[in-house]
Amino acid sequence: MTDGKLPLRAKVATSVSKTAAALSRAAGRGDGSVIGGWIGLKIDPDLLAHLAGGRAIALISGTNGKTTTTRLATAALEVMGRVATNSFGANMPTGHTSALAKAGSTPFAVLEVDEHYLARVIDATEPRVVAMLNLSRDQLDRAKEVSMMAQMWRDALIGHPDVRVVANADDPMVVWAAQGSGHVTWFSAGQRWHDDSWVCPQSGDPIERAGGDWWCTGCPLRRPNPQWRVEDEGVVDPRGDWHLVKLQLPGTVNLGNAATALAVAAEFGVRPIEALPRLATVASVAGRYAQVDRDGRNVRLLLAKNPASWLEAFDMAERAPTLLSINARDPDGLDTSWLYDVDFAPLRDRPVLITGDRAYDLAVRLEVNAVPFRHVKSFEEAIQAVPPGRLEVIANYTAFQDIRAELDRVL
Amino acid sequence: MSSESTLRIVWIYPDLLSTYGDRGNMLILTRRAAMRGIPAEAYEIRSDQPMPSSADIYLIGGGEDGPQALAAQRLIADGGLHRAVNQGAAVLAICAGYQLFGHSFFAKGSKCPGLGLLDLHSDRGETRAVGELRGDIDPRLGLPPLTGFENHGGRTHLGPGVSPLARVTAGIGNDTQTEGAWHGKILGTYSHGPALARNPAIADLLLRWAIGADSLSPVDDTWPDRLRSERLAAAGA
Repeated sequence: MTDGKLPLRAKVATSVSKTAAALSRAAGRGDGSVIGGWIGLKIDPDLLAHLAGGRAIALISGTNGKTTTTRLATAALEVMGRVATNSFGANMPTGHTSALAKAGSTPFAVLEVDEHYLARVIDATEPRVVAMLNLSRDQLDRAKEVSMMAQMWRDALIGHPDVRVVANADDPMVVWAAQGSGHVTWFSAGQRWHDDSWVCPQSGDPIERAGGDWWCTGCPLRRPNPQWRVEDEGVVDPRGDWHLVKLQLPGTVNLGNAATALAVAAEFGVRPIEALPRLATVASVAGRYAQVDRDGRNVRLLLAKNPASWLEAFDMAERAPTLLSINARDPDGLDTSWLYDVDFAPLRDRPVLITGDRAYDLAVRLEVNAVPFRHVKSFEEAIQAVPPGRLEVIANYTAFQDIRAELDRVL
Repeated sequence: MSSESTLRIVWIYPDLLSTYGDRGNMLILTRRAAMRGIPAEAYEIRSDQPMPSSADIYLIGGGEDGPQALAAQRLIADGGLHRAVNQGAAVLAICAGYQLFGHSFFAKGSKCPGLGLLDLHSDRGETRAVGELRGDIDPRLGLPPLTGFENHGGRTHLGPGVSPLARVTAGIGNDTQTEGAWHGKILGTYSHGPALARNPAIADLLLRWAIGADSLSPVDDTWPDRLRSERLAAAGA
């Protein structure tokens, strides 16, 4: 929608919101996307709805992969025209409000949505498409809370029968949630993490798995046939055509994210052949997967913030020297027990270094896991400890930020 | 240890009581047995399977109210764990698993019957206990201080038939004074998740009880010792 069509209150709110965001940036307090949106919403509580009006919107939600998939879907949709997006991972309504206000009038928007806020953001933005990636335990969340989240998603869709859903056929929690909608396009991107979906969300009976298939042993819930799936180094579309997917982002996890982005873009009429060159331009996402050369070492940063995303990081990482860094500050969760929910065995075939506030927790875990390692006191020491060539860095949230800051200081 | 030469470790109901890293205790026990040349096998017994009564060590972990109440119901109905305890099996019971070893506990706002294998009962505290936990373990057990991370809403009241596992020096534990409980070869604690990672001496105590040995050959505990020092100091801060 153009600014001229906004109600007066929304105009004022938008203007103040943009000003606050600019002030926040100027003051060096982040990119301003949260404070700007917060002030805007105080002045006009319906600001997000007003700003969303007239745009064709896709929402991307799930425990893991939403920032990357949002980035890829945005790149794909840019084939059609300008796309507003919250590319810095500010994924709550304040961030959405700010992103839309900042972008001005655009025909399209792709918004990453924190999974807890999906219902509210669906209500406010009346999206054309909602992509549901996966649901698993995150920080102190529990298996039971995962099924509660699935219930919230399902209820949200039941209230919006016209919304089209793009959903992961490999995650039983997502499949059950997505069935709240009558218009679902299924994608298959594989799922490494199964420990939050052994119990059927519909009937409470055990779920069985064989190969890539799964089914409930006590009710009709089972894996739907996906229209989009990853095959070899590419993606098969609903017509059965296979497309080679060239990405700068590593791993089959990102191939899956690309398949999801293509499926989302297709709902807006973008064909894979048009979108694929755009996906290949994405090199890093909010610092993730970024590669930095330093002292002859090519350092690549991978973020892993919960058990499922650790397994994905192992898949993305090359068989090269690997630094693991673990903190347990507030944003990470204070408890490191989750280390025992991750099987580190895939790292046995490469040199492993460890660091971070909670390196000793990791040391004990790796010993139990029979993964040899060396403890280093700092990122700098890790650089010096490995030969020239690739160094993979896998870190949880604040450890990742620490290493990014250290790299930024040097560059 | 029972007649066969292999030490048998059972992890009780991982499908219900495995909130966060509880698998670690099974891995650590198995590894510390193997380091002493004791062959050990671990069994994960789901809540839809009969509970064997002939294993040597039983582990039970933490969980939410619903699964906790369900686990207690099934264990009472099954009877296998009671038989195992009566035959002298060693037990490590953690958090929700610890509470359900008592006479009663609170889940979803109502009082639920426990297994009655420890003389204690649990109710709700006014606040949730979350953070580092530290305590001096009952000197009769001959162990170094307890360190753990607690995350629970319960308060536990000990009867005369059990002893506190530890006197609290940081954190809440049962009631800010005592932490956990023990009787015979049963240990209960609020140190949640992989408690044995920080307390390898408790793992060795369970192994000694199970094989009837006064001591075990020492192993290299460089990393667990560093972790212990760091966490004991952090709890004092």
